[in-house]
Amino acid sequence: MNNTLHAQPPRGRGPLGKSEMRLAYTMILPTILIVLSIVLLPLLANFWISFKPVQLGDLRAPSVISNERIRPAPKAAGDEAEISYRLRNSSQKGLISDITLADTLPGGISVVGELDSRCQLNGVDLRCELGNYEPGQRETLTISVVADQAYIDNPVNPRASKPVIDGTADNILTNSEFTLDNFRKIFSASEFWTVLRVSLYYTVFGTLGALVFGLFAAQLLSTTFPGRGILRGFFLFPYVAPVIAVAFAWVLLLDAGPGGTLNAILLKIGAVDGPVNFLGQRATPVNLFGFTLDFPVALTTVISFEVWRYFPLSFLFILARMQSMSSDTYEAAEIDGASPLQQFWYISLPQLAGILAVLFLLRFIWTFNKFDDIFLLTGGGAGTRTLTVDVYEQAFAVSNLGAGAAVAVVVFVVLLISALLFFRYSPQDDG
Amino acid sequence: MRIGNAFFISLFVGALWAGIYIVVLSVLAMLVSGETIIPDAGNAMIAGIAGSAFYILTPLKRREELWIPVSAAISMGVYWLLYTAAGGTAPSTTLVLSWIAVFVMSAVSWHLCFRDMTAGGQGRYQVEVILIRVAKGLGFIFFTIMVALPFYVMLMTSLKSQQSLLSNPLDLSIDFTQAPQTLFRSYIELFTDYRFGLFLLNSAVVSVATVIITLLFSIPGAYAVSRLKFPGQAVLSRSILLIYMVPAIVLVIPLYAVFSQLGLRNTLIGLVVVYPATTIPVAVYMLQGYFRGLPYELEEAGLMDGLSRLGVIIKITLPLSLPAIASVSLYIFMIAWNEFLFAFMFLDSPDIFTLSRGVQSLNSSEIPRQHLMAGAVIATVPVLILFLWFERFLVAGLTAGSVKG
Repeated sequence: MNNTLHAQPPRGRGPLGKSEMRLAYTMILPTILIVLSIVLLPLLANFWISFKPVQLGDLRAPSVISNERIRPAPKAAGDEAEISYRLRNSSQKGLISDITLADTLPGGISVVGELDSRCQLNGVDLRCELGNYEPGQRETLTISVVADQAYIDNPVNPRASKPVIDGTADNILTNSEFTLDNFRKIFSASEFWTVLRVSLYYTVFGTLGALVFGLFAAQLLSTTFPGRGILRGFFLFPYVAPVIAVAFAWVLLLDAGPGGTLNAILLKIGAVDGPVNFLGQRATPVNLFGFTLDFPVALTTVISFEVWRYFPLSFLFILARMQSMSSDTYEAAEIDGASPLQQFWYISLPQLAGILAVLFLLRFIWTFNKFDDIFLLTGGGAGTRTLTVDVYEQAFAVSNLGAGAAVAVVVFVVLLISALLFFRYSPQDDG
Repeated sequence: MRIGNAFFISLFVGALWAGIYIVVLSVLAMLVSGETIIPDAGNAMIAGIAGSAFYILTPLKRREELWIPVSAAISMGVYWLLYTAAGGTAPSTTLVLSWIAVFVMSAVSWHLCFRDMTAGGQGRYQVEVILIRVAKGLGFIFFTIMVALPFYVMLMTSLKSQQSLLSNPLDLSIDFTQAPQTLFRSYIELFTDYRFGLFLLNSAVVSVATVIITLLFSIPGAYAVSRLKFPGQAVLSRSILLIYMVPAIVLVIPLYAVFSQLGLRNTLIGLVVVYPATTIPVAVYMLQGYFRGLPYELEEAGLMDGLSRLGVIIKITLPLSLPAIASVSLYIFMIAWNEFLFAFMFLDSPDIFTLSRGVQSLNSSEIPRQHLMAGAVIATVPVLILFLWFERFLVAGLTAGSVKG
């Protein structure tokens, strides 16, 4: 009744709010679409594939391959010949149904005798309904013809007109055949648990190493001195350079054969007796307090590479955080007589805890995702096969796409858990 | 003169520096000259102890720069005595130069560690100051060598010939008197026989296209997420980074399957579709952080004065965010340029290889390794130049989104 008297703030979205909302959706839509189609859909597709018995070769859909020829080649008008189509189902596994073949016969040729019952001829247009082909089925379709003078004057190779062959084949990627074999296969493989353990070792030590070295490097450059800017840029080189370049440089540097620089240095200065196969040796026994431990050589090397390549990132973030700290606390601590290490332990570290935690979780996830580094250094050999390398091995080296996708699902599940942890513990954005 | 803990620490540090420098510089001299130089760490450490003991025993007020050369000369003399006593032969010039460098650098290091310390007993604070100085010095040496060594090996190997590499892998010295055609023969062969010019072009096209597409998508997206109110804004803003954590290896199998069937697999278009999709989330994340930091009053003033939203974005927000856009562009360019996995999985025909794929194709036993390293240098140099040029932007942009004062 008297709604004009008790003015209330508008509820819901006013016209301005609505237009702002529409604008926002228009602006964000392209991003959402491309991310959906290239990231989220493939992610779902990967789950789909992991339940399918699909091999790398199945990506090529089954099709009928034809080879056409005319024999014997007619030499004079009235010569009899046979046009034959040798047909084959290219796939050894997939059935092709409702096959039709359509072709144009060469001019100046007439069909004699009985035409195959499945075929019809309409002028020069041949059309055959060939029914179904079993996997790998072959058939030869022949047509008896007689050549006219027109053909002899102007012989046309029958291959000049390619037969058009149609058929419906089951696409293994889209049919409704599902299986748990992929998961059964990967979980029952004895090496799976080794791979998982290697993955975790690699991730945990690679992450911690990169953090510790990054923290150390950031301490070095936290004070100003001439040349600091240059050194900061230089320390970022491993992170900026292409992985392909630095990985191969490491391979060469660590080569156990003749020509490996590091082994040559170690041999010359007498640090080792024989060349160390840094990237090819699974383990070496190490005597520690009377216990013999197997020290994983290649795994340690790839972890070192990971630390080398990614300490710059933690270094950069930690340095940025340190430069934003106020110096008041340090001055107060100095007056109170706190020693440098005490200042680091009780003032710097607590302030760095936030960024260190975020870096740890981010690096943990990214290191776990890492494929290129190990693949280029060792190819996953010598006890360095991680889950990501295993995805590649299963899918493309063993050609079992389904099993590869199943390993990828395991990768994703482990990551999901880490990401949940990340969002649980990351400092809340106050923006 | 009182003798306390500082004196013993100085002995230890003196031995430490001399020992490290002699190993490092011997190896360096070996790499540069090709001569075999075996470091004698034991003698150098004894000489280092003598020199640093002399340095710390000098009265503080007389410790001008002069005492660096004197203590260097003392340790050098001790080393020479030990060397001749052990029946060492007449050393080569390189060797003598490396010794001089070792003890001068050791003396400078003692000075940097002990410049304001006496030999007497020191409190915890002073001891920690010394130890931290030592640790920092070690850190500088360690990080510099660690970072430089692979790049140095990469560059030098690319300039060598196969025989000289195999006969003495330590000889990374370069004979600059030879003709440039001989010196750069690997590079010349890569560009003439292995079509690296084409790969360079392909990489540049793919990377630039990725940057442009990413910016076209992410600038409006980031603006919407950071400035406009709409249902789902908070969720989107949170989940953007989550997308960036989806591992590429999980996407490879489905994309490989689908792109094979669409005929996009062995094409550069395929890469230009995939790369932006993986970089847009991180670009949105970086840009939205920057947009949030811009004063909203400026945009409100623009709206008041009758600009439309789009007008505000184009005339106010974009010009203000040029530094952020520059750093995002550079970062995306680097990601696309360095990308290996998709290039490796997707590209089969050498006509469309990017540099990553091209260098990978050199990794075979039939192709000499200096070619591989020359390819690595070709892939590295453009991105390093770009990085050094825009380093300030990149560092600011990378750290802005996540680090707050």
